[in-house]
Amino acid sequence: MGFDQYHEPPDELPQATRTFARMCASLTEEAEAIGWYEQRLAVESDPDALAIMRDAQGEEFKHFSMDLEFLLRRTPAWREVARGILFNSGDIVEHGEEAEAEAFEGGAHRGEEGSLGIGSERGGSR
Amino acid sequence: MNHLLRGHAPISDAGWEMLDQEARERLAPALAARKLVDFSGPFGWQYSATNLGRTAPLGSAPARGVSGAKREVLPLVEVRASFALPRDELRDADRGAADADLAELDKAAHEIATAENVAVFHGWTGASVGIAEASPHKRVALGETTEGYPGKVAGAVEELLCSGIAGPYGLALGRDQYRRVAETAEHGGYPLLDHLRQILDGPIVWAPGVKGAVVLSLRGGDFCLECGEDLSIGYDSHDAEVVRLYIEESFSFHVATPEAAIALGP
Repeated sequence: MGFDQYHEPPDELPQATRTFARMCASLTEEAEAIGWYEQRLAVESDPDALAIMRDAQGEEFKHFSMDLEFLLRRTPAWREVARGILFNSGDIVEHGEEAEAEAFEGGAHRGEEGSLGIGSERGGSR
Repeated sequence: MNHLLRGHAPISDAGWEMLDQEARERLAPALAARKLVDFSGPFGWQYSATNLGRTAPLGSAPARGVSGAKREVLPLVEVRASFALPRDELRDADRGAADADLAELDKAAHEIATAENVAVFHGWTGASVGIAEASPHKRVALGETTEGYPGKVAGAVEELLCSGIAGPYGLALGRDQYRRVAETAEHGGYPLLDHLRQILDGPIVWAPGVKGAVVLSLRGGDFCLECGEDLSIGYDSHDAEVVRLYIEESFSFHVATPEAAIALGP
């Protein structure tokens, strides 16, 4: 059993950071699995095998999304950046730059200890 | 440890995570102002005033040959909603109880969200001028029934257009008004909520604390909520039975374009 997700001695890490690292590792594995299924689907010709792999890839979509949501809930600054990028049409890079500026320049105190990290609620109220 | 003194509270890491998550979930639906006005910050607990870019004259100069002016700023206000939680409930949560009684936290979250809405939409004497009181437009009453709502909201939108205020527009509805809109289907069964959204080309927001409704432009630059410390949970004290905590924030609110909103009375 490997402990590669830790870059610092695990005994020195708080419980919350160890959980965070595990979920980051899990997120990476789910993304890899999605990529592997994408490649297998591209070369497979058996329709039954394709159906099963599509279903399996759908599971990985779910796992990836749950991991991501967990991490975003625990990390207000990440959540804020993601809010500016995800599910928005238009230029992704532009949204990224704007979201980063908002989260880390306009809101340098958003991730302060004790802050609930709520910030603006614009965009999700229609 | 910062001024919230969370490290002094007899609350586990998991307990704090639970309280923070509960507060976020309870605050989000009620924070109507943050869904409709520009938000900047948070700039931290030590941030004390918003720059208005204006000066006030001074009666005299300290020496001949000089003149002076005093900068005008808008001080931030601190808002706090205190609550107490039974320590037994926190211990049960640590054991895995999924139904910990956090009613006092929920109540405090609703109260502070309502206070923020009132300060933004109706003003807070000595602290902020609200959108409704700053608006120069004639106030129209919505009335007890929803039959007139589409016409009055459309009238407000048209009046904003006449004033050169572009959309999209948002609608903050007080609790009674929101309930009336949500429960109403017009002739043919078309939901009133959808009809109003089409008129506004923008969101309709449940806004506890708002009296009646407010139609406002969402084009940006007209209304600014500036945040020092964003909503946070801090520690006050504890005894053998309860832990006393609070939800706190600091903010200022400034109306840059009073004519960009119209208040509709109840």
